[in-house]
Amino acid sequence: MNPLLDWLHGGPLIIDGAWGTQMQQRGLEPGVCPDYWNLDHPELVEAVARLYVEAGSEIILTNTFRANPVSLEGASAEKVREVNIAGVGISRRAAGARVKVVASMGPTGKMMMTGEIDEAGIGRAFAMQAAALAEARPDALLLETFSDLDEASIALRASLATGLPVAVSFAFDSGKNKDRTMMGVTPEQAARRMAAEGASAIGANCGAGPESFASVGVRFRDACDLPIWLKPNAGLPVVEDGGVSYSMSAEAFAAHLAGLLDAGACFVGGCCGTSPDFIRALVAERKRCVSG
Amino acid sequence: MADLQKLYDAILDGDAKTSAAVIHEALAEGADPVSLISGYMVPAMDEVGRRYEAEEYFVPELLLAARAMKAALEPLRPLLAASGAQPAGRVVIGTVKGDLHDIGKNLVASMLEGGGFEVMDLGADVSPEKFIDAVRASGANIVCLSALLTVTMPSMKKTIEALDAAGVRQQVKVFVGGAPVTEQYAREIGADGYSETASGAVALARRIGN
Repeated sequence: MNPLLDWLHGGPLIIDGAWGTQMQQRGLEPGVCPDYWNLDHPELVEAVARLYVEAGSEIILTNTFRANPVSLEGASAEKVREVNIAGVGISRRAAGARVKVVASMGPTGKMMMTGEIDEAGIGRAFAMQAAALAEARPDALLLETFSDLDEASIALRASLATGLPVAVSFAFDSGKNKDRTMMGVTPEQAARRMAAEGASAIGANCGAGPESFASVGVRFRDACDLPIWLKPNAGLPVVEDGGVSYSMSAEAFAAHLAGLLDAGACFVGGCCGTSPDFIRALVAERKRCVSG
Repeated sequence: MADLQKLYDAILDGDAKTSAAVIHEALAEGADPVSLISGYMVPAMDEVGRRYEAEEYFVPELLLAARAMKAALEPLRPLLAASGAQPAGRVVIGTVKGDLHDIGKNLVASMLEGGGFEVMDLGADVSPEKFIDAVRASGANIVCLSALLTVTMPSMKKTIEALDAAGVRQQVKVFVGGAPVTEQYAREIGADGYSETASGAVALARRIGN
């Protein structure tokens, strides 16, 4: 039995939105790894988590996307463990009893193809992070923004060893239709392999705006039976004045919800460019979708 | 006779074993290294770049092709050196201070190596001082700066200013790239060039690197 299906008795659930921009507004400096804030400024990280709980998120993630020992280069094993445990604890305090906490794990940022890291190195990194996260008892683990199927597969195996349910989400940001990962992986390839290897949900995050996520969702649905997790960006980034911004409004973003639910999404949130306002808009839009 | 079309195809297919084998065969038959490079290898990498930009090829194909190109270049290097031929250019490359992302930078480094450039990769989170030292030590004529974060883009400007202050700015062309970087930003900070893609960076380096 897939444990994540138990969460869905009341219908589709709303996840959270971007954390990085909220932390920058609270003083996160460029070049500082956000995950260290779990130890250095836990109250500020918790404030961000609370924003999403108050906005109506029914699932929040943790500030642990980069907290694997490869990305936290130079950190001791004990430090890696502390960052992860603190991250889950912060989200749990903000979540209270009602909201689920799903612990985030991103890719290592190193490629096996270039020989920077090998399979064993990837396996060790995720085993260490997953074990630390599991100690703090999140409701599930999430592997997100992956682009390499082999890395995702190794990370999944290491995560499943904790006994927690694991969702795996890929970034489809390449190809003419924005339906391939940077490594060329298709939604079908990702869905089939992750389903076969024991994932509890298959997802897409980051990458592109909500327009292209509906077709990715449909392709997941046709390729496997897993619940579908979608966290699009707020449209495509616009470059102006030497900086990047996302021009899509919260309402325009939420207007895509019906399409995403039709495509089979069970978990919907936002990635880059989204904020608590986007989550409020999604919650309001879901009410319309469900009652209408 | 060595089948040189196979050399072209091997690079396009990312088959390093075959590309090296054809080179050895061709050299044994007395082929001219320079015409192997300009007649088959560079055109193959150009086609790889075209396919990547057309999003027919993805990162793995690009890396494998660069590896096949490198494998073919390896046996040619001593011959080129003996004949006095210089590398296409000497490149110092790194992700700027404060930014830990190096996938894009690694792609550019691989493609430049595949394009016949000598590449010194300084890694990620590289201080302006390290760039200056590397330029001095290597005699580079090209410096490539990468940034993935909008918040670390100002480090590009600082690095260019530091190269200037150290008196080495005039001996190099500075190219910048990375997801948030634009042509306009490159001009604003006084860079000599910008490319949106890894293959574009090779074309840029060939065009205005020297």
